Amino acid sequence: MTDNTAPAPDPALRESATFDRATIADIQRAAETGIYDIRGGGAKRKVPHFDDLLFLGASMSRYPLEGYRERCDTDVVLGNRNATYPLHLATPVTIAGMSFGALSGRAKEALGRGASEVGTSTTTGDGGMTPEERGQSKHLVYQYLPSRYGMNPDHLRMADAIEVVLGQGAKPGGGGMLLGQKITERVAGMRTLPMGVDQRSACRHPDWTGPDDLEIKIRELREITDWEKPIYVKIGATRTYYDVKLAAKAGADVIVLDGMQGGTAATQDVFIEHVGIPTLAALPQAVQALQEEELHRKVQLVVSGGIRNGADLAKCMALGADAVAIGTAALIALGDNAPHLDAEYRRLGSAAGYYDDWQAGRDPAGITTQDDELAQRLDPVQGGRRLANFIRVMTMEAQIIARACGKAHLHSLEPEDLVALTIEAAAMARVPLAGTSWIPGHGL
Amino acid sequence: MAALSTPLEFADGRVELAEPTLVDLAGSDVRALNSALHAVDVAEKAPTWRVVNPDGRHNIAVGLDADVDVVVDGHVGYYCAGMNKAATVTVNGNAGVGAAENMMSGTVRIRGNASQSAGATAHGGLLVVEGSAAARCGISMKGVDIVVGGDVGHMSAFMGQAGRLVVCGDAGDALGDSLYEARLYVAGSVKSLGADCVEKEVRAEHLAELAGLLTAAGIDADPSSFRRYGSARRLYNFHVDNASAY
Repeated sequence: MTDNTAPAPDPALRESATFDRATIADIQRAAETGIYDIRGGGAKRKVPHFDDLLFLGASMSRYPLEGYRERCDTDVVLGNRNATYPLHLATPVTIAGMSFGALSGRAKEALGRGASEVGTSTTTGDGGMTPEERGQSKHLVYQYLPSRYGMNPDHLRMADAIEVVLGQGAKPGGGGMLLGQKITERVAGMRTLPMGVDQRSACRHPDWTGPDDLEIKIRELREITDWEKPIYVKIGATRTYYDVKLAAKAGADVIVLDGMQGGTAATQDVFIEHVGIPTLAALPQAVQALQEEELHRKVQLVVSGGIRNGADLAKCMALGADAVAIGTAALIALGDNAPHLDAEYRRLGSAAGYYDDWQAGRDPAGITTQDDELAQRLDPVQGGRRLANFIRVMTMEAQIIARACGKAHLHSLEPEDLVALTIEAAAMARVPLAGTSWIPGHGL
Repeated sequence: MAALSTPLEFADGRVELAEPTLVDLAGSDVRALNSALHAVDVAEKAPTWRVVNPDGRHNIAVGLDADVDVVVDGHVGYYCAGMNKAATVTVNGNAGVGAAENMMSGTVRIRGNASQSAGATAHGGLLVVEGSAAARCGISMKGVDIVVGGDVGHMSAFMGQAGRLVVCGDAGDALGDSLYEARLYVAGSVKSLGADCVEKEVRAEHLAELAGLLTAAGIDADPSSFRRYGSARRLYNFHVDNASAY
């Protein structure tokens, strides 16, 4: 972090693009400690993203809808391929999986409260289901992870949907970790671990390997829950085209696709920044895979990884997603990185707007902690209200854009409504470069 | 599927169970079987079941949540008795991948051999494999007791967190790799121990524990012939000096 009180360096000094100050600091830290950097959050590097796309509002060739007066619906049904009781959500903004352990119980409660207030779903994480979360979540998705920490068939039966997690965007191919300072008595008890250990989570499921096995596993989960609940499959974005095809063929009702900007509670920085592909690059691959299997809109697609506002939501919908999931943005809505905590962040060696030590358990906002005193700082009722406000704003922003494009439902947005600002984004999103009819890689 | 059987109640209070409910999977399907086994009053109205002609089908008797007794005559596929609670499931044959995975309580007995990941992540209850179990037996076990009459394959009890694994035969490579607090007993040879798994002293309380497990499993073996293995707890918190062990 830059020291704002230090005098400006001599303008003749030239910083290396290769060995910039952050790189130098990384090398120095590694040399001093002998261990890699672990942090929370998602990729910080700049990658092609939804900001590189623009909508083509209606004009002569398209007819817009009247803002605030003509309907633009936002509801979405998830998991109606096989389940007796699919989820019917009022908004396509859902809450991504985050564990109790990574987050405090009050933070999980706040997520449940906020999601329920606006009629959407929230999701458990590694370590099982807490009463606070179940009690406050109208629609709760239960994650089924490789570690199976806290995995309980009663919780499967109490859930509204089940999400088989193969990976996440921040670390596709990697297992989880929760450092010892967050393994309190309650967390340890839920995960059947000794208190204070650095918890390692396996990267592969213990009882199946590959898509043929996954098909049987999905069937087992259906049998156990009497075919009542939708089964999601979550993947980190890498070989997305193939992974989505295989997951859909294995019987997934919903596919959750998490790009590299997706957050994590604790992962090696090198993993976060160098493994996986951007959400923008992955989404069109997933849609193509589903379309080729004639399963687009039958197997729903939920996209996450760097979703921040209604424009991102609308762009995901236009590219073929059925819903999005927010994680980092939801924590920010609860109060993460709040400016009034800047002094406390600075005491931890960070600053408001930069704080990413979610692994450390010392979060001044009381969100990514298991410290009771810190956790008390978050009022779950107020936090839930803030999250609900944020999701409402996101939804309304997307509606504004959809109406401008002449769409009476967010799902009616389409790739033809989009253009790209850069060649990279045009190639990834498979929409024309703005002002041209050129889609790189198409029509050559 | 045969109709649910009803207990016969006599005037003097005696209750005699009727014949087991018979399910022939040659003419029925697993979904109907599991649905019937999940009926809320199944323990009261049909406490015993006999399943014939399983022919290696997957997901037989999964998610049971009642005190019922299910006997399967023949070989079963993946995940038989998966996530079992309270029920007793006996397989008169071999079992495919993940038998009794994530079991919470009750008893599952495989009369033949079990494929890989038997008892994976199970939290409680007793799993008995009278034959041998393949790789990853008891992987990530979280409190279950597993007794294997024969051998176990490589990476058994990998990341085992709690519970006891008893192997009356030999164990393959990397037994107990990255072990937490599960306790392992092996009568035969161990090809190799995994990271952070070490042999430990067998004290009187361990002999008593073993005797109890063997009795519960109905396996005749001398507790004093077993060796005990557990976690050295060196990898519980990351230290750069242990980097090569990860």
